[in-house]
Parts: sequence; C-alpha cells; structure tokens
Amino acid sequence: MMRTEDLIDSLASDSAPVRPLAPPMRRASLWISAAVTLVVIVFMVEGPRPDLAVKMSQTPYLLEWIASLATGWASAIAAFHLSLPDRSRKWLLLPAIPAIFWFSSIGYGCFSDWVRMGPEGLALGTSWGCFRTILYVSLPLTVLQLVMLRHASKLRPIETLATGSLAAAAFSAAGLSLYHHLDTALMVLVWHLGSVAVVVGAWTFSARRAFACVEPDSPISR
Amino acid sequence: MDLDQDWPRRMSAVQAGDSAAYRALLGDLLPVLRALVRRQIHDREAAEDIVQDCLVTIHQIRHTYDTARPFLPWVAAIAKRRAIDHLRRLGRRPVEVADDPEVIERYADPAGDHPEAPGDPQALQAAIAQLPSGQRAAIELLKLKELSLKEASAVTGLSVGALKIAVHRAVKSLKSTLSSREEGRK
Repeated sequence: MMRTEDLIDSLASDSAPVRPLAPPMRRASLWISAAVTLVVIVFMVEGPRPDLAVKMSQTPYLLEWIASLATGWASAIAAFHLSLPDRSRKWLLLPAIPAIFWFSSIGYGCFSDWVRMGPEGLALGTSWGCFRTILYVSLPLTVLQLVMLRHASKLRPIETLATGSLAAAAFSAAGLSLYHHLDTALMVLVWHLGSVAVVVGAWTFSARRAFACVEPDSPISR
Repeated sequence: MDLDQDWPRRMSAVQAGDSAAYRALLGDLLPVLRALVRRQIHDREAAEDIVQDCLVTIHQIRHTYDTARPFLPWVAAIAKRRAIDHLRRLGRRPVEVADDPEVIERYADPAGDHPEAPGDPQALQAAIAQLPSGQRAAIELLKLKELSLKEASAVTGLSVGALKIAVHRAVKSLKSTLSSREEGRK
C-alpha cells in the first residue's frame, strides 16, 4: 500500500483551481427550467388534448396535475441536496408529501369514476403511447441530472438518482396530462404511475452503473 | 486556533489552487480522518486504506464544499460513506485471506505448492487485464514499463495527478482481485 503521506504529496501536487458548485437550489432551478422547457416543446408539438379546458376547470383534475408538478419540483430539489455529502438524508422526505397527494388524487379519481360510471369506470385499456412518452421525455432529463450530479457517484448514487428520475418522470407525466387523453382514472393510475414506477425503478436499480458511465472515477469502475 | 472557522478559509485557498495550503490542510486533516474511520473500522490496515480512499474522494469532489458551511461535517460524511462502502465489500467477501489459517499455512511454507501465489505473473496479468482501461494503462506504463509520470502523461494524455490516482486505485483493485481469487480457490 502507498504511504498516506506520499498520497497527500501526490494530491497536493495536482491542486488545480476548481470552481465551487453553485448552491443546490440554484442548480435545481436550472434543471427545473430545462424540464419545463422540454415539456412545453413536446406540448407544442403534440397540441393540447381536446378537452383540456374542461378538465382544467375541474378542481380534482387541476389538483392532481398540480401535485404531479409539485412532485417533480420537490424531487429535483431533493436530488440536488442529496448529491452533496453534508446534506441530510431527510431531503428524501420532501417529495414524499406531494407524491402521496398525487397518487391519492389519482386513486380518488378511480373511485369517482366507479361511483359515476359503474363497472365501466374501471375499464382498463392499453396505452403504450403513455409509456413511450414518459420514457422518451424523462430520458434526456435524467441524463442531464446524471451529468449535473455526477459527484454523487462517490456519495449517495442510489438516493440521488431515485429522486432525480422521479423528478424527470413526474414532469413528463404532468406534460402528458396536457396533451394525451385517457378514458378513465384507472388508466391514468396504471399507465401514468406505472410508467413513472418503471422509470424510477430502472434508474434506481442501475444507479451505480449509470454514474460510472458519466464519472469514470466512480467506485463502481474501480 | 479556532479550527471550525479556520478549515473553511483554508479550503477556500485549496479551491483556488494553492498547493501549499492543500498539502498543509490534508496533513492536518489526516489525524481527524484516522479518528473518524477507526471509530467504524477496527482493522488498522483496512482503516488506513479507507483513509486514503477518503483523501482521494476529498480531492475529487473538493469543488462540492461550500465555504459558508462547516467543514468537518462535510469530511465526516465522506469518511462515513467510504467506510460503508468498505463494509459492503466485506459483506460480499466476508473472510479475509490473512485471517484464514489454511491460507496462512499454505503460503508460510516456502517449499509449498502454490502456483498462483500473489506473486504469480499469470494471475497478476489476468488481474491487470480486468482493470478499467485508464487504470490498466497507468499500471502498465508506470509500473511495468517504468515510464516516468511525465512520459506516461504524454502517452495517455492524462494529467500527472490523474495518473497518480489511477495507479493508486489500480494497486488496490489488484490486491482485492488477487485476494478474491485465492478465496475462491479455497
């Protein structure tokens, strides 16, 4: 083993100036701006769903949509804090509140559909388009987070990428609600939240390897 | 000296590229790091290995330190993370070669038959082949071909500092790989 004092000499001889990272809130705001910009571009390309004005005038739908945006916003802030060594793991709780509200509001939508429409309100069709859209929109946003948070590879890669990918998937789902129509809340539950769960699960499972791709010195590449 | 107030100022100089301040800071930090790590890792050699890992991590992410915040919690979090990583690796390989009486007995006998002892060139070559490309290049150029750091830097395009870190990591990986091979043969 190399002598620790020799290692210190080696490191000190490589003391190139570094630019300190901007505060996490400012960096999270930058990422959120990028996410909103991408969602707006996709919305402009796809065009609004035919019943968007009607849906937005319905309080439960509006609250559900705001909760999805809040989940994205809170998850992004949590990810940028969790990526730093001296920030508390309690940041993991920040997205929990809007996420629980978001999931509950979709669940309430399912119940309302069932009361209003009977068994038809729980009809479940396939919508691979939802899955593809959430996957395609969240992919560049998560890759951007990987690059912006690459120092987390040496600290909390899994927590950072779990919250980061939840932010990307939540913004994608919020955008999807503006231009894609689904017949029942159950379909929203399965296809929107299911897609979000798949995206977050895949990134969380492969967090160490994903960081190793953007940060060659991460522990996994040793 | 009020260390709590002094560390951030010194780290600020480090971030600005002051080499002397960096050497002094790491030197002063060494006993702190050793104390932090040995609280969790009792094996002295393993603890020193983790201390070195902490120093490399501090070097690599020194830009993430915010000089408006206390320095020691930042260091302690890194030390804790590296110790956890070490314990996780131990969980995958729970028996240390040096602790196994059978292995100790085998290598203690100079006439014994141990064709793949840690000094065996074939085992070493195979372990080098498994290294990530940057580490493999560093170990081949600096340790096998015995080039100087400047010469290796010119060949690879990597900075001298990056080469030093790559060699440090490569040696650790080789040690770990050769130990695992022996454990697997038991």
